[in-house]
Amino acid sequence: MPISRGFRRRHAEPPAGTALPPGQYLTRDFPVLSAGPTPDVPLDRWQLSLTGAVDPERHWDWEAFRALPSETFTVDIHCVTSWSKLGTTWEGVSVDTLLDGAEPLGGYLVADCYGDYTTNLSLEDVTDGKAWVAFAYDGEPLEPEHGGPARLLVPHLYLWKSAKWLRSIVITEENEPGFWETLGYHDHGDPWLEQRYG
Amino acid sequence: MRETPSAATLVLGVEGWPGHRAGQHMDLRLTAEDGYQAQRSYSISSAPEDGGPAITVERLEDGEVSPYLVDDAQAGDFVEVRGPVGGWFVWDASQGGPLFLVAGGSGLAPLMAMLRHRAHAGSDVETTLLVSARRPEDLLYASELNALDGVRVERTFTRAAPEGWTGYARRVDRDMLAEVAPAPGARVYVCGPTGFVEGVAENLVALGHDPSRIRTERFGATGG
Repeated sequence: MPISRGFRRRHAEPPAGTALPPGQYLTRDFPVLSAGPTPDVPLDRWQLSLTGAVDPERHWDWEAFRALPSETFTVDIHCVTSWSKLGTTWEGVSVDTLLDGAEPLGGYLVADCYGDYTTNLSLEDVTDGKAWVAFAYDGEPLEPEHGGPARLLVPHLYLWKSAKWLRSIVITEENEPGFWETLGYHDHGDPWLEQRYG
Repeated sequence: MRETPSAATLVLGVEGWPGHRAGQHMDLRLTAEDGYQAQRSYSISSAPEDGGPAITVERLEDGEVSPYLVDDAQAGDFVEVRGPVGGWFVWDASQGGPLFLVAGGSGLAPLMAMLRHRAHAGSDVETTLLVSARRPEDLLYASELNALDGVRVERTFTRAAPEGWTGYARRVDRDMLAEVAPAPGARVYVCGPTGFVEGVAENLVALGHDPSRIRTERFGATGG
């Protein structure tokens, strides 16, 4: 391995037993990365939809969404820009709950957002307890800059897959690359395999 | 090359560099003698026409990589690089304008790549740069900004202004943007710390700019 002369660790070592994906470092802050302005989405105009190749399609206003059973969960998150944050606590509705009783007619989805961001995922990556639509972070309503009113959270993939300001989950038959996926980032984005770039 | 008391530009000699677009960034990975590794992303501040990439790094006091790059690294030292990366926060002269660039602190780096590219390309696209720095000595590329041809440059100093300064001496706010920004429809690029970018983007939308014309790049507090 080529050495950068004189470079050394300055940050404390992560606590024993902590595993970080390759190339990641720990942060205690919560950096923000977005491609454009933070959309202003008032709750009385907010709607979440499950659309596309799914039967039936579904729509929830804020009240209906918040009436769904929710879960509090603690996960590690990993951003492609190299920071990881461990033990973050969120509250949200499992994607399994949103899909319960609806039949997907395709194996993929596009997360479509207020502000027009998109990202693509396979259904497999968001079902069986692997993903949520989160509306609270650390016991507080999710801040707009972190994706509020509600964002997708898929913690086992790089955070660009956890689309902020989620508007609809569009089920698709084919895999349809989203915003960053068409701009040079990896289609899948598994941090443990360091799938940063396509 | 030292730019300010807390920032330096490093010119990287990369064999087989494929070229970059103005505004893109690259990843650097450093390896210590004990095998410890750290990886960070930095914006490229040189124009595509300049050849190999240069990055401008600001020292973060509790950082790990930035103090090394700013204070310790010397010509001939080795870092691993990957890139260029990013296809959104980029501007090519052929995209036209008008262009409105808004920089907070070292967020000027990728915008400088665009300004340098504009000059190399001989572009006469109507261009306005609004740059916010804490103090005059913190302003990156200060003399080069004075010499930019056909670019309106507005500076604001948030902590201390030069003696006799009659320009802006406050954080960028909606009134300042109303005075400086071109009319809605311009291509807008905003880069800086999160709070800066959030404020500028929100104010520009309030002033009638279409969110889809505003591209942002945010430096977290933990760039390291």
